[in-house]
Amino acid sequence: MTPGRKLLGHIALLVPPFGWLGVFYLGSLSVLLLSAFWQVDAMSGEIVRDWTWENFRILFSDTTYTVIARRTTGIAILVTITDIILAWPLAWVIARKVGPRLKLTLLVLVALPLWSSMLARIYAWRLILGHDGVLNWGLRLVGLPDQNVAFTNIALWIVFSYLWLPFMLMPMVAALERIPASLLDAAGDQGATPWQVFRTVVFPLAIPGMAAGSVFTFAVTQGDYVAPMLVGGAGSEFIGNVVYSNVGVSGNVPFAAAFSLILLAMVAAYMLLARRFGAFDAQ
Amino acid sequence: MKHARNPVADMAIWAAAIAVLGFLLLPLVIVLLYAFDASSVQVWPIRAFSLRWFAATWADEEVRGALLISLEVAGLATLFATVLGTLAALGMNGLSTRTTQIGSFLLTLPIALPGVLTGIAMNSFFTLLDIPFNLVTLVIAHTTFCMVIIFNNVMARLRRLPPSLREAAQDMGATPWHGFITITLPLLAGSVMSGMLLAFALSFDEVIVSTFTAGSETTLPLWIFGAIRLGQHMPEVNVVVFAVIAITILPIIAGQKLAASASREH
Repeated sequence: MTPGRKLLGHIALLVPPFGWLGVFYLGSLSVLLLSAFWQVDAMSGEIVRDWTWENFRILFSDTTYTVIARRTTGIAILVTITDIILAWPLAWVIARKVGPRLKLTLLVLVALPLWSSMLARIYAWRLILGHDGVLNWGLRLVGLPDQNVAFTNIALWIVFSYLWLPFMLMPMVAALERIPASLLDAAGDQGATPWQVFRTVVFPLAIPGMAAGSVFTFAVTQGDYVAPMLVGGAGSEFIGNVVYSNVGVSGNVPFAAAFSLILLAMVAAYMLLARRFGAFDAQ
Repeated sequence: MKHARNPVADMAIWAAAIAVLGFLLLPLVIVLLYAFDASSVQVWPIRAFSLRWFAATWADEEVRGALLISLEVAGLATLFATVLGTLAALGMNGLSTRTTQIGSFLLTLPIALPGVLTGIAMNSFFTLLDIPFNLVTLVIAHTTFCMVIIFNNVMARLRRLPPSLREAAQDMGATPWHGFITITLPLLAGSVMSGMLLAFALSFDEVIVSTFTAGSETTLPLWIFGAIRLGQHMPEVNVVVFAVIAITILPIIAGQKLAASASREH
């Protein structure tokens, strides 16, 4: 085959998938970018296609939206930190404490929730945190008073931490597995206490894993609207909820588009930050 | 392992690890159990077990309609994504690392970006072009984010295929097309199949992008979402959730088995 014909073959194969992606996805993203600078005519409800910064001006000046943006980011950070803490012991055990058979079983068990319906997993917590749920049953059993965390930001924090924990566990297991045992032994032989070994050897080497996991936990929490609607309360609106409620006939799609672009900017900024900590080097 | 010399710390780590594993798995067990709750109000502990809600849910026309739409969308999206994702992988195979990286980055975008972003982008796109929201827009949206699953699977397989196989076929006088059909394609079948199962599960379970592209169509996840929000049909929700978990997890496990046996062949 001549090089020219070979190239032609590649192009012929690539046109359908990338044509599809170009039209339906990149096309959609372009329309999103443009429509963020459009407006909805207050009288007719029609979209006016004139270039304006008005949507962004409102988003940055109206405290309703700055509070929502701060809450979304704040909970995303809190969830990320929680998942890092929760992931450590289990990731350590999976990576370094068990034989290959048990390791495989544990990895499947960790991945299982990820592949079962997200709605089902959120719904599970409604059943657990509800008034007559598992949690209050357990509290009564040990003689403690009922809790009322259902439909609060605390419930949201628990549910998000639960939902995205596997995303943190996987890259952390991978990072911890790669630490050479000889390094830990050497540190121990030099007289380092376990705590010193952890602080000076294990933790620094796990940073890329934590950074990789945090990209997921942060981004998917930031972009969600389902959990705030199902387990959050009155003060649990996320950026995604504003976007969601502005889409449809009576909504303001350009405004939603503008807010979603801010979301995109924040997620992209976080990814760049995580990249500096080696989030994308490990895999 | 020097940590192991401290038995108290070691036990603490194991206890914490088991507690975290419980945190991950118990909610799933609990939600699965509720499907067998005889009561119409969810109270823990479950007082009586029964299969009555399975029958009631199956008899519900709305649920059956939503199930049918979900199966149609997931089936069609998987089919299109399989063709497109396989083409992308075959076309990209043998190109420079840089080109492959850019290509796979573009294909990954639809699932890497927050779903709400993909959702509203496609919503704006179809609205601008005056395309009505229905099964077609749903299938287009799902195909777009399922492509990468197939692509990744096939790409990983192609990387492990020794190029010598096809060269040998050509040396024996096979045309490139003949070599592809008789050598490459059969070797790819396993990875394509496992990719299809994953893509089907992904599509079958998707709720965020679907909300923005479904119009008045109701997929099964959209039905669940609506029912939970309004607090209606809760016993049926329990059963549907049970079924959805079963329908998504079984293909995944089958897919992993396929992928594992496919990789053992080499």
